[in-house]
Amino acid sequence: MRSRSFWPLVGLAALLLFNLLFTPGFARLELRDGRLYGTLVDLFQNGAPVMLLAIGMTLVIALGGIDLSVGSVMALSGAVAALLVTEQAQPVPVAFAAAVAVGLLAGAANGALVTYGGIQPIIVTLVMLVTGRGLAQALTHDQKVRFESPAFEYFGNGTLLGLPVPMLVVAAVALLVGLALRRTVLGLYVEATGGNPRTARLSGLRVDAIRMVAYMACALCAAVAGLIAAADIKEADVANAGLYLELDAILAVVLGGTSLTGGRANLVGSLIGALFIQTLTTMLQMKGVITEHTLIIKAVVALAVCFIQTPAFEQLVRRLRPAAGAGA
Amino acid sequence: MGTEPLLVARGLHKRFPGVHSLAGVDFDVRPGEVHALMGQNGAGKSTLIKVLTGVYPRDGGSITFEGRDFTPSSPADAQRRGISTIYQEVNLIPTLTVAENLLLGRAPRRWYGIDWRAVRRKAREVLAAFDLRIDVDQPLGSMSTAVQQLVSIARAVDTDARLIIMDEPTSSLDAHESEVLFGIMDRLKARGLGIIFVTHFLEQVYRVSDRVTILRNGALVGTFPASELSRLDLVTHMLGHAPEEPGPGTSPAEKGEPVLDARGLSRRGLEPFDLAMRAGEVVGFAGLLGSGRTEAARLLFGADAARTGTVNGAALRGPRHAISLGMGLCPEDRKIEGIIPDLSVRENIALVIQRRLGVLVSRAEQERIAREYVEKLGIKTPSIEQPVRLLSGGNQQKVILARWLAYRPRLLILDEPTRGIDVGAKAEIERAIHQLASQGLAVLFISAALEEVARLSHRVAVFRDRKMVGEHAGLSLPEIMKVIAGEKAPGGEQRGAA
Repeated sequence: MRSRSFWPLVGLAALLLFNLLFTPGFARLELRDGRLYGTLVDLFQNGAPVMLLAIGMTLVIALGGIDLSVGSVMALSGAVAALLVTEQAQPVPVAFAAAVAVGLLAGAANGALVTYGGIQPIIVTLVMLVTGRGLAQALTHDQKVRFESPAFEYFGNGTLLGLPVPMLVVAAVALLVGLALRRTVLGLYVEATGGNPRTARLSGLRVDAIRMVAYMACALCAAVAGLIAAADIKEADVANAGLYLELDAILAVVLGGTSLTGGRANLVGSLIGALFIQTLTTMLQMKGVITEHTLIIKAVVALAVCFIQTPAFEQLVRRLRPAAGAGA
Repeated sequence: MGTEPLLVARGLHKRFPGVHSLAGVDFDVRPGEVHALMGQNGAGKSTLIKVLTGVYPRDGGSITFEGRDFTPSSPADAQRRGISTIYQEVNLIPTLTVAENLLLGRAPRRWYGIDWRAVRRKAREVLAAFDLRIDVDQPLGSMSTAVQQLVSIARAVDTDARLIIMDEPTSSLDAHESEVLFGIMDRLKARGLGIIFVTHFLEQVYRVSDRVTILRNGALVGTFPASELSRLDLVTHMLGHAPEEPGPGTSPAEKGEPVLDARGLSRRGLEPFDLAMRAGEVVGFAGLLGSGRTEAARLLFGADAARTGTVNGAALRGPRHAISLGMGLCPEDRKIEGIIPDLSVRENIALVIQRRLGVLVSRAEQERIAREYVEKLGIKTPSIEQPVRLLSGGNQQKVILARWLAYRPRLLILDEPTRGIDVGAKAEIERAIHQLASQGLAVLFISAALEEVARLSHRVAVFRDRKMVGEHAGLSLPEIMKVIAGEKAPGGEQRGAA
């Protein structure tokens, strides 16, 4: 049987190949001052937030839910951490812990409203999308919060063993969630609940608890992504941090082959999907395409990749093949 | 009533790939009569109705309605020509108001659009004819099911229906609500309408019907005046004469320890019942569809919340609780509640046992268990990694069975485990039940196939009209039929030779 990550991987490979051939300087890597530089490294550096969001979003979508609030949770977490290190003069670990806790709280609120409130996920998280950023703006009085903190900045710009820290954070989180999905009951329980919640309940699974865990994990990933985004630019920009990134994250998950109706979690696919989006963005920037056009091109490519995965496309291919044979 | 029949169908045929759903059925309805259409699941009732109303084209035979040839192209066409169907699920639009629903698509218009004042007035008039005084400006969805049902009937009558087909209209109504509906049926009758009434409730057949037509396996068994058809004959005609086979009759050789003690379990639509079971015992639930047998099984497992009653001394909190008491349930509808279609055979089997294996998943252990049961139950699958949706119905059923057996429950509830699967798989599942019981598993077995129940069970609990009417050991098939038909006084515990 073909691996579920086949098509996403083909898409990414094709895009990378195109760039290696036609985008000058795309493949260049150099080691300066013990740090690896180059476009390929930047892909991971700049793509880190979306990759993190995609990891958490995979869990929620595999359960048949959706989380629109991740971008706002990013803004909130960045704001909380930035305010604590500046105005409260707290050490960075404390600020990070508080930011993560706020993220978990937002996730718990999402999860509880969906699970126990019986409200549709799209509504609950839409409310959180508004509330989260609103809260961040209220906390910061709608001002950017600049900070000077080498420890904080290290989280966004630092390197370890020559690799950018955000890339390593993504790798660590992906490994952790991947292990949880494949080596613990979490994977089976999430996929069973997403695939058929009624069967899951009759099989004695704690369907409610599983949903809570997924929404909290998703918000946790968003909180970490928010810290990276803030560290990267040395400020918490509540108006712009994580703006529209929920859409990139959802797109990454769908590109990666996890169905929006739930049932199967394809974590590797989601990461590939996130990289695909980032590669596309970087490529268009390097080619000097203006931002407005970038969005349109991204939309077209995303639609095309999604269409390739539909049964309608499969049928089309099947219909064209014998036709071509008959014509010859 | 000696008038000309309203509808005459002769020699109707309908074939589907591999099934002869209607094999030369004759059927007629007179004006001013309620004609009950009876039969087990798959007997051909729905197919007949769908052929009459243009959902399916007929493959053979003729239909005349009011003396003219009748070949509707669609339900809407049938409705235009005078035959309306009221389905079990109300097929109106719950978010629209009662008035809007009543006059949907045919609202009085004036030059500026719909004349809402006329719509309301008309709606009130129509409902007044049914003695139904409700606020027509309220959304239909806020009304009780009975009222919704009545509104859809009112709509049918008002669209000039001369024949109304009611497909299990009372299945979601309580006794009082049903009585209101029957009153209306009587009045429609008096106005000369013909009514085809499909139900599973015997009481109701005799309450409202003038004649009864019985189908079995797509063929006509016969049409009888209700007053001349005994209950036993009706049930026997529906279920057919099965070859007389001795059931196990005897209780398990030695009495096992008690595994189930349920007391006073009830919910809306099911009267309180008790049930006690011992290890190694097979208890069958018998009764017609809608008699309450499935509802009772679901209460025992906590799949639905009970209004009253206890299981093993405590009120059940849910399936998880029941599982911890050592129970398992293979539900009636395996597609909706049984399988997880996209997961593999291995994952489907491991689903329940995993909680015992621990938080860390050992793929090797899962594979070992899956292989063990694939072999034991003879599950035909190319690999244990095959998504379970790609398996045949019988093999899916075995996967669900394997899921529970792997957990080693003390009591296994099997709701229609043999429905819709081929004969070979049926026999294998029956054999498995027999073997498991001899190894000390208590099995609660529900099946519409009475001969199966009689063959497999040590004891049979009979359900009729949403009530457990008796528990009997060592009954023969004809005797069980009598109890189902209500001709034998429910004598509570009647133990056979122990």
